[in-house]
Amino acid sequence: MKKLRNKNSITGLLFVSPWIIGFLIFTAFPLLYSLYLSFHEVKITTSGIKTKFIKFGNYEYAFVVDGSFLEKVTTYLEEMVISVPIIIVFSLIIALLLNQKIKFRGMFRTIFFLPVIIASGPVIKELIDQGITTIPSIEQYAIYQALNDNPEGFFNGILLYLIKNLIVILWYSGVQILIFLAALQKMDKQIFEAAKIDGASNWEFFWKITLPSLVPMIIVNLIYTIVMYSIFSLNPIIDHIQKNMFKVNTGFGYASALSWIYFIIIALALAISVGVMTLKGKKNYT
Amino acid sequence: MQTKTQLDKNYVKTKTQQLDKYYFKTKRMFLGMQGTDGLLYKVLIYGLLVGIGFVYLYPLLYMGVYSFKSLDDLLNPLVNWIPTQFYTGNYEQANQVLNFFSTLMETLYVTVLPALAQTAVAAVIGYGLARFEFKGKKIIFVLVLATFIIPPQVTLIPRYIFFNELNILGSLKAFMFPAMFGQGLNSAIFILIFYQFFRAVPKALEEAAQLDGAGHFRIFLTIALPMATPAIIISFLFSFVWYWNETYLAAIYFGDALTTLPLQLQKFVATYQKMFPAEMGLGENQLNEGIKMAGTVLSILPLLIVYFITQRWFVEGVDRSGITGE
Repeated sequence: MKKLRNKNSITGLLFVSPWIIGFLIFTAFPLLYSLYLSFHEVKITTSGIKTKFIKFGNYEYAFVVDGSFLEKVTTYLEEMVISVPIIIVFSLIIALLLNQKIKFRGMFRTIFFLPVIIASGPVIKELIDQGITTIPSIEQYAIYQALNDNPEGFFNGILLYLIKNLIVILWYSGVQILIFLAALQKMDKQIFEAAKIDGASNWEFFWKITLPSLVPMIIVNLIYTIVMYSIFSLNPIIDHIQKNMFKVNTGFGYASALSWIYFIIIALALAISVGVMTLKGKKNYT
Repeated sequence: MQTKTQLDKNYVKTKTQQLDKYYFKTKRMFLGMQGTDGLLYKVLIYGLLVGIGFVYLYPLLYMGVYSFKSLDDLLNPLVNWIPTQFYTGNYEQANQVLNFFSTLMETLYVTVLPALAQTAVAAVIGYGLARFEFKGKKIIFVLVLATFIIPPQVTLIPRYIFFNELNILGSLKAFMFPAMFGQGLNSAIFILIFYQFFRAVPKALEEAAQLDGAGHFRIFLTIALPMATPAIIISFLFSFVWYWNETYLAAIYFGDALTTLPLQLQKFVATYQKMFPAEMGLGENQLNEGIKMAGTVLSILPLLIVYFITQRWFVEGVDRSGITGE
């Protein structure tokens, strides 16, 4: 029996071995190597790559000298704090709508999932350039003009950003809708009937039963949204890293440091948001 | 004998009862009762769906309409949603600029092959994780999930140097090698899909085959894999779309050697100006938004066609492949 188990575990490892090899070669090693490069000044010469150890020089440069990086990071964080909750709430609303007994459900699902297919960087950029990503003819309304005249102030900034990028923000929510929808359809119909008999309204039912049971899916979507938002090719930080990669005076070393800073920021954002959600979810259950 | 007041009272009572009945009837019609939905509720839901649907489709409609506008229509403020003539000149120019058919073939070449490799490998790994117990499986599982949150930028530079040394920059291998070892675009998601799928499928058939003396790899190929068709389809489709839309890595790894439709779209303006130099102030040769939109439409058209053929799998596959299982 023990022998069989041993044999089984070897077969299992054999099945997973491509991943293990790939992980070591294409992920673990590059990860460490870029960490190593981030502490060095990297020069590319004809005889190969030359590195010089400069301690935290690259990191210091990022925070002290390179002002545009910090600026981009702050806008990125601001925009993410605004966009991610909107994407989550919005995709939840659409999933709830699609979960109703409605006609043309297939058609609506097809439409709401469309952006996932076509939302590549260049296409979105083209759309933004043409100004198609805002609400049609919003400029004519007094609210917009009032906001545009004084873009200072926290809430004005948020509103202005929302109005200008509404369609792009909504376009990020395709996969999230599907995940929510799949979870909603798996919910036990009997709970709904029992609650109805006890006199619960749709409203109560949503807050007390649907939403708490969706907490794990909300966390999944949160992770997905933050990651996708962060690695989307139009993200200014990514652009910044790429530019520095091929600059003469900064080069690979500095770009590595930037990408590590960025990685840590993303990981922190994920940890904080998931932590908050888990705590809240637990509170809801008890 | 009933007095007149009593009669009156009765009359009022029946009248109010009648009114109540009407009131409830209309209330039921608009707000719904337990179990059935009222008219108001339905109007609200359909209103929201149509409204949001319009917001989603608006950019597409805009693209479609503008791509058929001739220069006169573009300049004429009265022509808004319906072009005065069916003008295809934009598409002819965009076709030339994008070099559509050969770029399309190249795009398919650099998307279909990595997508296939990625799906195949994800199936093998997912099966291994779902069906076998071995030491360190939990660690591997956590690492698989962790690879999802590592931004590609962090591993990009070492991979670039590494590929440069292997001399595979500018060839498809730069995409294929990571994909073949489960480190392609979003590989973690596909491994997870197969893992969930194989865990949900009962083992009985495989155990029976094992008793009959079939080896694990034969069981995987002949029994497990055919069962996993929904997971295979959805993995391939998503993988295909994500590789298609990937421009950041493609631009760096492929350089000028290979190009894709989204990459061509990215340098649309530059290519256009090289092809049709705007000399002598000829209005015809100016790049206008009609041509740009035509280029955008052309670059997403193949994906749209694939989507409309396969949308059933895209949308339903998510529940069937059990992404949301615990």
